[in-house]
Amino acid sequence: MQNKNTETPLLETRGLTKIFGSLRACDGIDLAIAPGEIHALLGENGAGKSTLVKMLFGVLDPSGGEILWKGKPVSIGSPGEARATGVGMVFQHFSLFEALTVAENIALALDGNVAIDRISEEARRLSLEYGLPLDPSAHVADLSVGERQRIEIVRSLLQNPELIILDEPTSVLTPQEADKLFETLAKLKAEGRSVLYISHRLEEVQRICDRATVLRHGRVTGACDPRQETPSSLARMMVGGEVAEISGAGLGEPGDMLVEIKKLSAPSRTPFAVALKDIDLAVRAGEVVAIAGVAGNGQSELFDVLSGEDKVADAEAILIRGKPVGRMGITERRLLGCGFVPEERHGHAAVSEMPLTANLVLSRHSSDRATFLSGGPLGLINTDAVAKACKRICEIMDVRKSGDDPAAGSLSGGNLQKFIVGRELDRKPMVLVVNQPTWGVDAGAASRIRQALIDLAKAGSAVVVISQDLDEVFEIASRIAVINEGQLSVAEPVSTMTRERIGLLMGGFHDGSGQAEVEAAHAH
Amino acid sequence: MRIELKKRENISSLFSILSPFIALGLTLIAGVILFVSLGKDPVSALYSFFIEPLTEVWSLHELAIKAAPLILIAVGLSVCFRSNNWNIGAEGQFIIGAMAGSILPVVFHGWESPLMLPLMIISGMIGGALYAAIPAFLKARLNTNEILSSLMLVYIAQLLLDWTVRGPWRNPEGFNFPETRNFADNAVLPRIIETGKTHWGFGFALIAAIVLWFVMRRMLKGFEISVLGQSARAGRFAGFSDKKMVYFAFLLSGAMAGLAGISEVSGAIGQLRPVISPGYGFTAIIVAFLGRLNPLGIVAAGLILALTYLGGEAAQISIGITDKVTRLFQGLLLFFVLGCDTLIHYRIRLVFGAARKGSAA
Repeated sequence: MQNKNTETPLLETRGLTKIFGSLRACDGIDLAIAPGEIHALLGENGAGKSTLVKMLFGVLDPSGGEILWKGKPVSIGSPGEARATGVGMVFQHFSLFEALTVAENIALALDGNVAIDRISEEARRLSLEYGLPLDPSAHVADLSVGERQRIEIVRSLLQNPELIILDEPTSVLTPQEADKLFETLAKLKAEGRSVLYISHRLEEVQRICDRATVLRHGRVTGACDPRQETPSSLARMMVGGEVAEISGAGLGEPGDMLVEIKKLSAPSRTPFAVALKDIDLAVRAGEVVAIAGVAGNGQSELFDVLSGEDKVADAEAILIRGKPVGRMGITERRLLGCGFVPEERHGHAAVSEMPLTANLVLSRHSSDRATFLSGGPLGLINTDAVAKACKRICEIMDVRKSGDDPAAGSLSGGNLQKFIVGRELDRKPMVLVVNQPTWGVDAGAASRIRQALIDLAKAGSAVVVISQDLDEVFEIASRIAVINEGQLSVAEPVSTMTRERIGLLMGGFHDGSGQAEVEAAHAH
Repeated sequence: MRIELKKRENISSLFSILSPFIALGLTLIAGVILFVSLGKDPVSALYSFFIEPLTEVWSLHELAIKAAPLILIAVGLSVCFRSNNWNIGAEGQFIIGAMAGSILPVVFHGWESPLMLPLMIISGMIGGALYAAIPAFLKARLNTNEILSSLMLVYIAQLLLDWTVRGPWRNPEGFNFPETRNFADNAVLPRIIETGKTHWGFGFALIAAIVLWFVMRRMLKGFEISVLGQSARAGRFAGFSDKKMVYFAFLLSGAMAGLAGISEVSGAIGQLRPVISPGYGFTAIIVAFLGRLNPLGIVAAGLILALTYLGGEAAQISIGITDKVTRLFQGLLLFFVLGCDTLIHYRIRLVFGAARKGSAA
């Protein structure tokens, strides 16, 4: 440790190790969190952040090393024990029942029998105290993602923890919502509680964290005061080398109209899905149009109607290369020259248990019928041709894997995503629709994927990128639109768009309370 | 205290292959315990149950005859199960297939034509497929649980057969016995070799197993089945329709069960009776799993399960115990197969105390 603290750390790990098979996910991690500090845990995906945190929260058993709580060795066997010790956790993916109320969801996570009224009362008090306005009787389904996160935070605060672990908390928030969260964190810190803040957003970490521990490949590669570092020095610690700069230069004048969406509406398929309302969008050849927005505002619904996994009533609502495709399925749209990359890698873009070659056939069995299949109506799969194409994609996209043809599920998130994007790029699609291209992907893979998207547009294709990551949106887009509650703003050139304006559009310009909140945050 | 199953991080491929053999071994051990507690000599009991039937040529033919419907039904079910559709009603589809195939020889008694057998077989398959289409329709349209609906349809089929054989189709020259007319010679499935009783049902079973193995292994259709079985969402992304797959899987497995039904009636029984199956449709579920849902593995598994039928009869005669032992052995086998598979994928953890799992754990 560089800065030796005189006082005993609240939580300390010594040589903490977790081995999965032959993979050392965490390899001798030394970490010390002082009381009353906001400690950042930085690292790419697959660096071992989640594994480390799961050991601290009792979800995983360590393979070696020890955890010290206030200087004494402890063993944390379950999340219940972690909470009893004084550790609270807010997960990246919420575990809430949408059909239940806020108070009921909180009650579910508590031990023993506590009357629901008392929980409501307590939750209301805590939420006000920490500036996390929350109505205990509201149904979770009606709440925004930011509000859902508040439930998780309040839920962990009810246990009165001394250490709160937050896993990528701002990835689902608007800039304004994130500001509110930071205020809450400052308040927690002022009370003497510690926060372990997991993120890959360097700017945030520099803004709110007192100290940072950087992980790479399961090892600690740096412990520093983030305010003394520059974003690029932090990035170097994370990635272990320079991250390639993305170059959007050379995107020429847009060409032919390739995608035209006119007055597209689609009712929500389930009570908890978002209905799409009057969406208009036009994308020309040579353009990257980004659709920004906070998760859960209709992004996946929009992706599904664009890909044809969900058809819309009006065939004319979507034109691809001039043809009405609203009633066409995904295969027919692929045959028109479209490629699609959905958000969820496992079980949507790829079948985790199947090898890469099978996953290549998954999206290209019709578009590449001539090379991948033989035997006419028998439809025999040409394993050689598929294996060759698979090898080519892995080489071009630098997909790192063990063995020739491993199961998709055995690849790290970034490598699988490179494969999935490469699988579509390999076809040179005229139109590419991508949902969250670099979600949960390490910085190196992300920059490679972004560059590939730009290069595709340069080569004359139309690219639609749906993304929550504003850095990414500004890096690659020629025009930006914002989706909010199923409505899409007009796509504006990136030169006239500002983060602030996007934040306002994301926050909901038609929603009264949202507006008030946004203004409050603004006035701050 | 409570018992938790935790997913293993690494699944041993060696044990995945060994699993059916371990299950067989455990079944034998359980058999020994069973016979000892019945006061029988376990060695001679197991001998007469599992070995004796294999020592005579005629009983090897019996084995093939019993294995034929099991294999036919199980290969159909394996495709169905792989696509994540749970057809538990093959027994009913077997019966309806047998009835549909029997229309020609029973109702049009005396019709002579070389088309007789082919038409019987085709109508048997159509009958089984249509009967399987009912749970398929209910699942695809109304989101009904196919396990329940297909199972309940078994009892309807059994009662329908019973009523038909005692009523409208009863042999007018049959002294009021609840049986249909005996099939004419041109409606009887021929033997494969002249010297033994094994009929072409066994040939159909082998052909079906090889064809479906090829489909699953090499063809896009087989790929579609596996993809939709593992992830419906990924299947939709691939442009495959999960609704159509429900119909495909049920119609195929129903047709296979129907083919097994008409083959059994035409090849082995020669007429319809109130009961034509000793539970082939249910035993085939065990066969499918014991054969690892692989059509070639199913051929071996079908022979093993057929042996339990023969062994049950043999044990009844030679050591005088009830032939319910057959069902018992089949149940034990399924129990151990599923048990082995579960323990290969999960490990058991005993949790003491009342600590509750965390919200997102």
